[in-house]
Amino acid sequence: MKALVAIKRVVDYNVRVRVKSDHSDVDISNAKMSINPFCEIAVEEAVRLKEQGIVSEIVVVSIGEAEVQEQIRAALAMGADRGILIETSENLTSLSVAKLLTKVVSNEEPEIIILGKQAIDSDNNQTCQMLAALCDYPQATFASKVTVNGNSSVVVEREVDGGLQTLSMTLPAIISTDLRLNTPRFVKLPDVMKAKKKPITKTTPEEMGINIDSNITLLGVEPPSERSPGILVGSVDELLECLRTQSVL
Amino acid sequence: MKVLIIAEHDNQHIKSETLNTISAGKQLSENIDLLIVGYNCESVVKTASTLDSVKSIKVADNSIYEHQLAENVSKLIAKIAPNYSHILFPATSKGKDILPRVAALLDVNALSDVTEIVSENTFKRPIYAGNAIATVLNEDTIKLLSIRASSFDPALVTNNEANIEALGDEFASINTQLVSNELSQSDRPELTSAQIVVSGGRGLGSAENFDLVYKLAEKLNAAVGASRAAVDSGYVSNDMQVGQTGKIVAPDAYFAIGISGAIQHLAGMKDSKIIVAINKDEEAPIFQVADYGLVADLFDVLPELTAKL
Repeated sequence: MKALVAIKRVVDYNVRVRVKSDHSDVDISNAKMSINPFCEIAVEEAVRLKEQGIVSEIVVVSIGEAEVQEQIRAALAMGADRGILIETSENLTSLSVAKLLTKVVSNEEPEIIILGKQAIDSDNNQTCQMLAALCDYPQATFASKVTVNGNSSVVVEREVDGGLQTLSMTLPAIISTDLRLNTPRFVKLPDVMKAKKKPITKTTPEEMGINIDSNITLLGVEPPSERSPGILVGSVDELLECLRTQSVL
Repeated sequence: MKVLIIAEHDNQHIKSETLNTISAGKQLSENIDLLIVGYNCESVVKTASTLDSVKSIKVADNSIYEHQLAENVSKLIAKIAPNYSHILFPATSKGKDILPRVAALLDVNALSDVTEIVSENTFKRPIYAGNAIATVLNEDTIKLLSIRASSFDPALVTNNEANIEALGDEFASINTQLVSNELSQSDRPELTSAQIVVSGGRGLGSAENFDLVYKLAEKLNAAVGASRAAVDSGYVSNDMQVGQTGKIVAPDAYFAIGISGAIQHLAGMKDSKIIVAINKDEEAPIFQVADYGLVADLFDVLPELTAKL
């Protein structure tokens, strides 16, 4: 069985992002970049399926500028077999990403496709669902547990507002990962060295024949509203007094 | 302009997030239709027909829609979509699951977690865990928006009597089946609509210790939330997680107990009107957003606070 995992290079989750002074966009000029945490969980899940003998080949794909290869190499070091870089310097909407990935799915014909549920920069949470629609494949979003049954179906437990929901889907199917699906492994140096020999093929949206123009324009970015500074209270009694004054109690 | 709101419900009751989404829709147009997809959902239809501004309710009541799976519900919405300029869904787990699938079927973009409607084609939404707010121009023919409920007031129940239309379209879910639902039952107020929320973090140390949080919440008639750390450690179930990728809340008062205040947690609660923090670490980032901070051991403070209320 082949697994396709799509990953995104994003600002590291520890970085406190600031808005540019001209409010045109966020300032990520010197920010540390990493694999999106949810995408890393997706790679880890595919690698575990391979270790269980369910998946025989993992293809990892990413879209962006040449530096994105760092994250593809990291995924290869975790255990993916080969990488695909779709090179573009455009900022893409989830719909455009989904269209590019649909072409990859059509070329690669994976039985199982795993994505992170959302990128922590855009916070869109759309690509998995859109890709599923364009491929007309079943989807299970926010996965907290994945169990593949033979060659034909997959059972996914999902985190939903009220608790947990379990779905069964025929393959091929698309899954988006949530936080608690797994804890990604640390890569060891020998794996990093081995990853250097694994192939990464490069292409572009033009070469793939996919139009990535979109009707969405970013007009500007502003910082969130600031809260007024608070106070420290010295006791429970003082806290209760403050809360009563504020009509909370 | 004509707006379609997709109702969030459980076949018995309409969920509060739908009311906030209707208010968002009202900012776009007085011409609002509500879509209710489910099974044996008459009581939802009945409640919905009295909601302010809803002119017409489209109902798809069929056993094939009982669990509101994305695979088939998205096709139904896509079928009726061309009648509308805007389609709004609350940004609940169901809305997030279904709306983007609809968008792709229609070959349009979706905007997730809209917090402000600037005009019929311009919207604001948070990015980078709410550390920035993006203003976005959407020139798609149909605008698909998931609405952050906490950013809009709820619509009112009035003497409205909406016109009700049954939709006969049957789209079966062929490749996806429900195996089970494990939903939390609680007498406490719902986290996303409660006026007061008490949240516990890693500082509680165990599921048993969370009892202190529940007791305080009971006295305050509050909902109970948690940080990711508390959920990951198994102190509470996942549906209580407040944060960037969990629930977004904006209650009148938010009590953060034993929560350090990581960026990702703040993303889920920093629009609360009043924030109270109790943590024994005075360096904890939570104190930077708290209106009232008490640097103390929660195991001393919580029982005292609960007793004195």
